[in-house]
Amino acid sequence: MAPLLRTEDVHKRYGKEEVLRGVSMCLEPGETKVIIGPSGTGKSTLLRCINRLTEPDRGRIWLEEQEVTARKASINRLRADIGFVFQDFNLFTHLTSLENVRLGPLRVRRLGRPQANRTALEALAQVGLSDKTKSYPAELSGGQQQRVAIARALAMHPKLILFDEPTSALDPELIGEVLEVMVRLAKSGMTMLVVSHEMGFARSVADEIIFMEHGVIVEQGPPSRMFKAPTQARTGEFLRKISELYGEAD
Amino acid sequence: MPVFWQGMLVNLQLLLGLLSIGLAIGILVAIIEVYAPRPLAAVASGYEWFFRGIPEIVLLFLFYFGLTRAGWAVSPFMAAVLALGARSSAYQSQIFRGALSSIPAGQMMAARSLGMGRVAAIGRIILPQALRLSIPPWSNEFSAVLKDTTLAYSIGVVDVLRQARYMSVRTPAVSLTAFIVVALMFLVLTYAGNWMLGLLEARVRVPGLEGRARREMRFSWSRMWRRVRWRRF
Repeated sequence: MAPLLRTEDVHKRYGKEEVLRGVSMCLEPGETKVIIGPSGTGKSTLLRCINRLTEPDRGRIWLEEQEVTARKASINRLRADIGFVFQDFNLFTHLTSLENVRLGPLRVRRLGRPQANRTALEALAQVGLSDKTKSYPAELSGGQQQRVAIARALAMHPKLILFDEPTSALDPELIGEVLEVMVRLAKSGMTMLVVSHEMGFARSVADEIIFMEHGVIVEQGPPSRMFKAPTQARTGEFLRKISELYGEAD
Repeated sequence: MPVFWQGMLVNLQLLLGLLSIGLAIGILVAIIEVYAPRPLAAVASGYEWFFRGIPEIVLLFLFYFGLTRAGWAVSPFMAAVLALGARSSAYQSQIFRGALSSIPAGQMMAARSLGMGRVAAIGRIILPQALRLSIPPWSNEFSAVLKDTTLAYSIGVVDVLRQARYMSVRTPAVSLTAFIVVALMFLVLTYAGNWMLGLLEARVRVPGLEGRARREMRFSWSRMWRRVRWRRF
């Protein structure tokens, strides 16, 4: 069976700076992979290239059999199948939670209003926010906003969801509720590609950890091996540093 | 008195016409300036520069005589609507451009990530937010163009100002009174218009998207009273 997502030699440069220097990876259905690495090494750029919010300069990307990077790809249809959760939520400010979550099913999937409503309510229930359907983003905490954003992605019934540092903009006490939702999702079989520094999350749910630096994948493997016996010196160094920082020393 | 109402009705028709033109073209020009590729955006900027750079009264003459010369037997009223509408669209496009560019880029990105097209994203996500933010500065423009309708006088539109002028010519004794009446009518209309825009703003207000405080622009008896008392002591 073909992998759900495959990238091949993806390159991206901004001006003089080469942010991605040939990234190849794949993701099987139901897998969760966590991308870690120092800031500025192209992790977020890679995610954005996958649904072409950023156009890669070179390389190819496939979602199942369809090539995302093909010139004639119907990018909007492909994006509808790829959920994206942003670091700073990006909920639509003028819409309530329900309207935020319902927009995709209603306007992109073109389900009827009753069905779009049902889908949206289900998604909000999945993130535990059934009681906040009428709240506007500004009336919600950061954690709640991010959960609505996850519901917005879920309501599209995507084939995979990309998470771009979903907890980095949150106060420490709000991170837990978001991670909890993500853990549940991963365990329910959602395919997820997550850029995150949450080592606890990576350790407990990731099928594989991908360590990136300077625009390339340095090493990847299951968390048990990556944490215990990384083959690359840099990986070990980075993991030690981040574990100290986040109090996850082992 | 009825002649004043008759005249003011013409001003209000002018206002309605020029505001509709100004709104439609203003939004379009703003969207082009912010979202269209550069050559097109440059054309829109040129349009804005052109109509903001010429005195309104000159524009009125240019439109009236220019359109007539071009072979369109345009009525003074129509020429006034077009000239003032074009001018207002340039100013309004500035308002909307500012509002559009103040919407964070993440809003567009989130919409696109759901699979929405650019046009749909602008229509459903960006514009509804930008328009809300535009109401306070737009009321400013409203107040300005309401009074500018009297400039149509200059190309022969029989508006409230011309009616007052007729009256003062016929009965010189009431000249001042006639113009005072005109002034009062505009004061009332400006107040009423801004009051209604205030209602609209409150009606569509969404937490997190409040426009700048508009209080400074509005007249308030209580604030006036506070100021008066302050002066007295």
